[in-house]
Amino acid sequence: MKRILLTGNGAAAWGARLACADYVPAFPITPQTEIIETLADWIDNGEMPGRLVTLDSEHSMITAAGAAAATGVRVFSATSSQGLLYGMEMLYTVAGWRAPFVLVNVSRGLASPITLEPDHNDILAARDCGFLQIHCATCQEVLDSVLIAYRLSEASSVRLPVIVNLDGFYLSFTREPVQIPDLKAAAAFVGAFDAEDIRFRASAPTSQAMAVLGGSPYSYFRYETHLAALQALDAYETIASEFEEKFGRNHPAVETYRCDDAEMLFFMIGCFATKAKVAVDRLREAGWKIGLVRPRLIRPYPAEAIRTILRGKHGVAVIDQNLSMGFGGVLHSELASALYGQPDMPHILASFIGGLGGRDISTEEFFEIATTLKRAIVSGETPAPRLLYTEDELKQIEKLQLIAHVERTGGERE
Amino acid sequence: MSDQRFRHLKDIPSTHIFGSGTPACAGCGGLEVIHQLYEVLGEKTVFINAAGCMTLLSIYPFTPFRGSWLYTAMASAPAGAQGVRDALDILLEQGRIEPSENLTTVVLTGDGSAYGMGLSATSGAIERGLDFIYLCYDNEGYGNTGQQYSEATPHGAKTSTSTGPRGYPGYKKSIFDIWIAGHPAYAATVIGAEPLDLARKIDKAMQFKGPKMITALSPCPTGWGFDPKESVEIGELAVKTGVWPLKEYVDGKVIHTKVPRKRLPVEEYLKRQGRFAHLFNPSRHESTLNEIQQRIDRYWEQVE
Repeated sequence: MKRILLTGNGAAAWGARLACADYVPAFPITPQTEIIETLADWIDNGEMPGRLVTLDSEHSMITAAGAAAATGVRVFSATSSQGLLYGMEMLYTVAGWRAPFVLVNVSRGLASPITLEPDHNDILAARDCGFLQIHCATCQEVLDSVLIAYRLSEASSVRLPVIVNLDGFYLSFTREPVQIPDLKAAAAFVGAFDAEDIRFRASAPTSQAMAVLGGSPYSYFRYETHLAALQALDAYETIASEFEEKFGRNHPAVETYRCDDAEMLFFMIGCFATKAKVAVDRLREAGWKIGLVRPRLIRPYPAEAIRTILRGKHGVAVIDQNLSMGFGGVLHSELASALYGQPDMPHILASFIGGLGGRDISTEEFFEIATTLKRAIVSGETPAPRLLYTEDELKQIEKLQLIAHVERTGGERE
Repeated sequence: MSDQRFRHLKDIPSTHIFGSGTPACAGCGGLEVIHQLYEVLGEKTVFINAAGCMTLLSIYPFTPFRGSWLYTAMASAPAGAQGVRDALDILLEQGRIEPSENLTTVVLTGDGSAYGMGLSATSGAIERGLDFIYLCYDNEGYGNTGQQYSEATPHGAKTSTSTGPRGYPGYKKSIFDIWIAGHPAYAATVIGAEPLDLARKIDKAMQFKGPKMITALSPCPTGWGFDPKESVEIGELAVKTGVWPLKEYVDGKVIHTKVPRKRLPVEEYLKRQGRFAHLFNPSRHESTLNEIQQRIDRYWEQVE
């Protein structure tokens, strides 16, 4: 085991290398490109066995990834943002093939307007496709999650592709100290790829991904996929425990930080949760009973684990780095549906939208969120969803509004 | 390279390994080609299918193929073939499967995908030198959805999205020319009505490593408007009138494998199909008929 400084992208590439991925279908997109460049370099220079092929698009890339996995090799791929959406048809398709492989997504905001900077609308658009989703907060977690993801994907009770998600820029391009496990130890943990009965061989002809007629067979296959995703909850716990035994790092399905005696909680995913931890520490110093809940698994949704953590708490502030137009935050609505009608759940579930398109969430904003949440708990009234802005940013917005007004009216005053 | 395996029609295998009872329409010219291709390729194949009429060949839990099948999507069947081929090569290299377990990778696609949505993935596969056979059954429209015009629809044809008095205003493009611009190992045009020519070409294709691109004009009784029993005859007329040139691309050269020296007037082909009926009834549409004939004549002048 060695410890070096690695970017999130570098950590993802190391994950694929340590998992002995045989095949890497690729397509460049910012901020993911460093992953495939790193793998291409290793493969070209003989440091890593395997084959990397650049396809004509992400749609083709995910097709090739699923087809290779369905033929019986271990596959790794990576994309981001527009690329994930360009491949969306195939995300749904290959998940239905029950072809196990790992796809890293480096989260980035979606057009329009086009941006390179991060938020979670891309990955949450892939929420319902059948891929399982593991969300990371540190570079170490990215590497570890890729290894765990292969075990989860290939588990006999699961057999579904898995997306490991990391935030663009904040994680993809930030160097952190990362422990790189020994190749042998990692290979022993991940194990050899077993195609099971999903493969193409001359001696055992098979038809995969056939059409169905009628709702009954369709529903049957969709239910099977859903039940397999649910089974991934137990499988994840077993695999994460084994990972902790072997490598000493604990990656539960839901991370909790100073939650035990907390009355209020921040609830969020991704690397900004590390900033929330700092805010929790500062608020604790000031006497606030506050903690942080960070689901790592989003699909399957660890509803029971979350309910256990939230039971008896007074209020939760859900911080969404995404925006479902005309409704609000995706994580907020999902959490509400997991808690509604269950005994002893927090009465206040406040929604905050922030960190869109690379926008920071500052410590002061976490304080403001906590203050708003506390006020709501005291008054018993859930506040309306808030779109986060600092004072300086509000000035910028007002300036943009003024320009828009002038353009619309030709400068006439109302 | 020799064509000698198939000298006569009787040399072509007729083992009928492709099953019957598929939901394809009676008289389907595409199915005719698949039958013939499968006889030559055999069952050590995996068909990677793009969305189209033939997607309905394999409906759970039945298939007419004795070999393997993978349905992908409309745009990316060649990328699916890339994944399967690469995975098989990796398994062979690593000794994880015996050479006897290897499969020939075949893309099966209609013209809707081949001429349009799937062109990017196809171009990429040619550029990468993917070792596969690509078969386009070209029924000159989006047949499976009721024959809307596609980028393969001929000028003047009535389709369900070109119902006006002049039919489809565009011109069929040459997918063959687009393919050979990328220098594949082999490319050919075929038709089910010329089984010996077809069998020789598939056999020849199999002797090359790399992309082997085949396009088959596929008379479509449902979409073109003729009696299913006339399917072979319509195919023969397509060749005899020069509408569908039979040719191949080998070693950088295009060779016509059957040159109709005395071409029949194109009318003989057009008037047999409902999709061109408006060119004859209630009155003859001379300018359109002349234009279609002239385009064919010009093509063959360049050949001869």
